Amino acid sequence: MSQRLTAPPRARLSYTRLQQRFAPYVFISPFFLLFLIFGLFPLLFSLFLAFHLWSPLDGLGHWKFVGFENFTLALGAQDMFWKTLKNTLWIGLLSGIPQHLVALPLAFIIHQSLRRFQGAFSTVLFLPYITNAVAIAIVFATLYSERLGILNYLRGLIGLDPVRWLGDPSMVPYSVAAVVFWRFVGWNTVLYLSGLQAISEDVYEAATVDGANQVQKFWFITLPLLRPMMFYAFTLTIVGSMQLFEEPFMLLNDGGGSGGAGLTTAMHIFNTAFRDLDMGYASAMSWLLFLAIFVMSMLNNALFSRGGERQ
Amino acid sequence: MTSTPVPAIKPRRQVRRPTLNWRRAPLWTVMLAACFLSVVPFYLMFVWASHPSAEVFTFPPHLWFGGAFADNAQALMRITDGQAARQFWNSLYIAAASTVTTLFFCSLAGYAFAMYDFRGKRPLFAFILGTMLIPPLVMDIPSFLVMNNVLHWVGQPRALWVPGMANAFGIFLMRQYITSALPRELIEAARMDGATEFGTFRMVVLPLIRPILATLGVVTFVGAWNNFKGALIMKLSEPDTMTLPLSLRRMAGGATNVNVDWGAIMMLVVITVIPLLIVFLFASRQVISGLTSGAVKD
Repeated sequence: MSQRLTAPPRARLSYTRLQQRFAPYVFISPFFLLFLIFGLFPLLFSLFLAFHLWSPLDGLGHWKFVGFENFTLALGAQDMFWKTLKNTLWIGLLSGIPQHLVALPLAFIIHQSLRRFQGAFSTVLFLPYITNAVAIAIVFATLYSERLGILNYLRGLIGLDPVRWLGDPSMVPYSVAAVVFWRFVGWNTVLYLSGLQAISEDVYEAATVDGANQVQKFWFITLPLLRPMMFYAFTLTIVGSMQLFEEPFMLLNDGGGSGGAGLTTAMHIFNTAFRDLDMGYASAMSWLLFLAIFVMSMLNNALFSRGGERQ
Repeated sequence: MTSTPVPAIKPRRQVRRPTLNWRRAPLWTVMLAACFLSVVPFYLMFVWASHPSAEVFTFPPHLWFGGAFADNAQALMRITDGQAARQFWNSLYIAAASTVTTLFFCSLAGYAFAMYDFRGKRPLFAFILGTMLIPPLVMDIPSFLVMNNVLHWVGQPRALWVPGMANAFGIFLMRQYITSALPRELIEAARMDGATEFGTFRMVVLPLIRPILATLGVVTFVGAWNNFKGALIMKLSEPDTMTLPLSLRRMAGGATNVNVDWGAIMMLVVITVIPLLIVFLFASRQVISGLTSGAVKD
């Protein structure tokens, strides 16, 4: 006790001050060090490569400047890029829109009527989100088996013809989207549920006093107050589905199945970079995909902010 | 908040109490169907892993467990040349290294942003958040090149866990939690008692932020355990470095391969998924509440 009352020696005091002053910089420095090596440098390198023709086998320094050729090639009619972008968007819509159309009512039911079991429900619904995409794709591939899979067995029970889930190019986007939907619908439900829980009961009470009915409450209170969470959930869905890789890669192989109907842009970039070793071209395409994701996010942003003004 | 009559809420809650009334039956049906669809693929992988390889595919399909669990495990060891255990260990090592380092560096940085005032704090934090906007996909090619041509880490497990040790999401999550849950007086008190800055972090802060450490820990572990694309790109394909997802891919050889031992594959699927189930069932509540609380704020 008495020790604490005596003033510490001067040298120690200044050391204390010094380390107090620099501690925060030391504490945050690992991020910036790692970002420099594994973030910023690669990012600039990728931008540099997008304007060059280069294979990693050529070694550093042996690249050939080609200007915008990589970009014009990707955007030209003879390349796969547009087709894969279309595939990606289509699978994204097929999986993304149902995700939110199902997740919101589910969250609403749990929140409104089955409150006592929300912990159990969200745990079970969250389970697909954390599972291994490769493992689950193998399970789904067996479900999808044309002759011996459970899905066609069930169709047979009600007298329907078997479907070539992964063999028919027109079915492939639906089959892939179903797996993506299965993995992420619970995650969105949990997001919406927490958004609903954040809405204060008081607002509903006030509306009841003012004579609002259930429909009005949902339309004029729940939906507007859920906006930020919807925006967040939409953003995650857009960014995630634009980079879809593992599910189609496992279900259909790196070619994207027959007709390449399941070849996503992420798979195409992966093949170009690591199978064909055309790093410059792949870099250019990854920047174009980045641009596409950016545009989609901006559209999402505009959709939400404009609606906000109308309210 | 204060103006609305609080007692008005209570009677409604009492009316809500008898949950099992028949008018709720449709809602229960919907929810139980949703839960059933969430769980059924997990159930089926265990069923398939318990049937002889030739019977995984039969018509009508098996819907109940068989007796070939041990046989399939043996077949798996035979097919992988006894490497399945090694692959499990490799995955575990990467996930554990990833988790421990991420928890340490992210909580340290999150603590600095939550509890210190220093020059450049706002722009530096904004910068970190800004890096989250870069889609991971854009980084795939250049980070391979850094690993391949500069650091020569391709084929080594550390290529998977070192780059993510201090990541923006973790720092953000930590800062949010520490700002709201940790009183500054506590830090002042520790300083008065003569603790060093790092000592305060280690002895005062770390024990108090256990809940959010659990959240980030599970998320990081699961993410690293499931990292397939990273392992594919960094070529962890030698017997002593191969991880479970890569091994699954190699065994299944794409889903259309017929000449494979399906019993053994399903065994490996089960082995890949079991740690996820265990980790999650122990911490699901904490993970869900931790993740979503981070999502609502800001």
